[in-house]
Amino acid sequence: MPDRPQSALVTMPNIPDPDGFYSELIALHDGRSAQDSAALNARLILLLANHIGDRDVLRAAMEAAADSGHAR
Amino acid sequence: MLDDRYPLEYRLYPYARSTDQDAATPVRHPVVIMGGGPVGLACALDLGLKNVPVVLLDDHEGPGQGSRALCFAKRTLEIANRLGCAGPMVARGVVWNLGKVFHEDRKVYEFNLLPEDGHELPAFINLQQPEFERFVIDRIRAAQSAGAPITLRGKNRVEAVQQLPDGVALEVLTPEGPYKLEADWVIGCDGAGSPLRKMMGLGFEGRVFEDSFLIADIRMKNESFPTERWFWFEPSHKAGASTLLHKQPDGVWRVDFQIGWDVDRTEELKEPNVRKRLDAMLGADVEYDLVWTSIYTFQCRRMTDFRHGRVLFAGDSAHQVSPFGARGANSGIQDADNLCWKLAAVIAGEAPEALLDSYSFERQAAADENILNSTRSTDFITPKSEVSHMFRNAVLDLAEHHAFARPLVNSGRLSTPATHDDSPLNGPDAVTGAPERTRPGSPCADAPGEEGYLLRRLGGMFTLLALNCKVPSGADALGCAVVDMACSPEGALGQRYLGTRGQAIYLIRPDQHVAARWEAPTLSDISEALERAKGKV
Repeated sequence: MPDRPQSALVTMPNIPDPDGFYSELIALHDGRSAQDSAALNARLILLLANHIGDRDVLRAAMEAAADSGHAR
Repeated sequence: MLDDRYPLEYRLYPYARSTDQDAATPVRHPVVIMGGGPVGLACALDLGLKNVPVVLLDDHEGPGQGSRALCFAKRTLEIANRLGCAGPMVARGVVWNLGKVFHEDRKVYEFNLLPEDGHELPAFINLQQPEFERFVIDRIRAAQSAGAPITLRGKNRVEAVQQLPDGVALEVLTPEGPYKLEADWVIGCDGAGSPLRKMMGLGFEGRVFEDSFLIADIRMKNESFPTERWFWFEPSHKAGASTLLHKQPDGVWRVDFQIGWDVDRTEELKEPNVRKRLDAMLGADVEYDLVWTSIYTFQCRRMTDFRHGRVLFAGDSAHQVSPFGARGANSGIQDADNLCWKLAAVIAGEAPEALLDSYSFERQAAADENILNSTRSTDFITPKSEVSHMFRNAVLDLAEHHAFARPLVNSGRLSTPATHDDSPLNGPDAVTGAPERTRPGSPCADAPGEEGYLLRRLGGMFTLLALNCKVPSGADALGCAVVDMACSPEGALGQRYLGTRGQAIYLIRPDQHVAARWEAPTLSDISEALERAKGKV
């Protein structure tokens, strides 16, 4: 693994079995209304954010997410 | 012309004609305070006890009705203790530790505040504002009997102010007509709507929150409710978008309903309509008397500068916050604590006027901190967008099952005293490994010692606190009190002031904030820090 500062956001592939993870994430939302799904996503973000715990990483993730979007 | 704007709870300083009203030329006083609320009264008492002659003008004749500022935090009680009036407040106030948070009809979690050991005073008490004011006035009366130069003038309304090169000219209206006064210094403690601020044409910028809250103080007839704080987010009883239940002395509870922005105040305050909300919340079979009701809205804002020449602003006149976190009266009392020793030192010629700019600097930073905290609470309690609402409810849903989410629940962060980290008055922090909490700028944490609690021993003047050592010879001639205390590394005093070191000397300001600390200072280290703390550097 290349050297990186301890609190850098990982943006290189890091999830084993990416296709499996992706279908689990989508399956989680099966049969839910858009509002229900949005609430679920909010809970998921909070759980993951707590797991990460590092404010610098969280801030970098927020910035990366904001910068990668396209207004639709 | 001088009709009361609100009903009084106690008529403690009825109008009495003063000889100033018959003087041929305006009589000059060192300090005039505008406003007889908690902050104005605290300033009058603090200055009077320092032997600074002070005249307090209030357009009413005593504390107004209504519980209003209800929650008084430890730092306020410590200041009241220094002023000699905390005892009756604590004896009368209600102490609570258990809080419960509800969402819809479910209890999300409960918390026990478990206050830290080794403090003389509780983390906070619930006490109605007029009671707090009465205890300060009782103390003022006792101080007056002992010779403190304090004058309280009821039904004296300031109608006009004019800054003079070395003071302020005031026009005052009384039931017997107007008179003129002059003051070397004026302290404006005349509340969020400050007439003084308006007369001087000064701004008050910030954020308005579009929501109203209905307060109902109720006395339960039979029910014995527990002494706990209950907070509901979106309660299923629908009596309010959020609801807070809080205990006061004498079996009175405060219920606080968030009722939206577009409300008809007169309609909402009619007893049947208030009872409809209360019955929905308490159940129709609970009997109670209505003691007091009120509707309030709030803003978070402050003046750019708390000092304008010879006029100083303190409390709500200088800064206003949302009520969540009890940061209004508590921060105002800290303003008084910060201001009075400085003003007394300037008046006595012991410090330059520039010392008063440090009041502005330190308390503006404190106001910003309070505004930040109370704004965050408000945004959590009343989310301003759909997505903010969704995250708020996600936090509440998670908090029911997972401890991690509980610190994110924000129904008010209780007032804690400000640390003046960047203050120009701060001197060296020269004790390696000493605790953060007592770094320069911090309010002294209380701790028990062999001869009583630390804060009692500090009193209200510059103090050198020598822990496990002696002050350098000659230090007792610097005009500071010297307090020697022995402490072990395991005791509260050692843990709060020494950390990993064996000894330390603290220079402590009259408002019990740390000015500087050293492991082994020279006499000139100390006198330099003392000069700096008096605004001379």
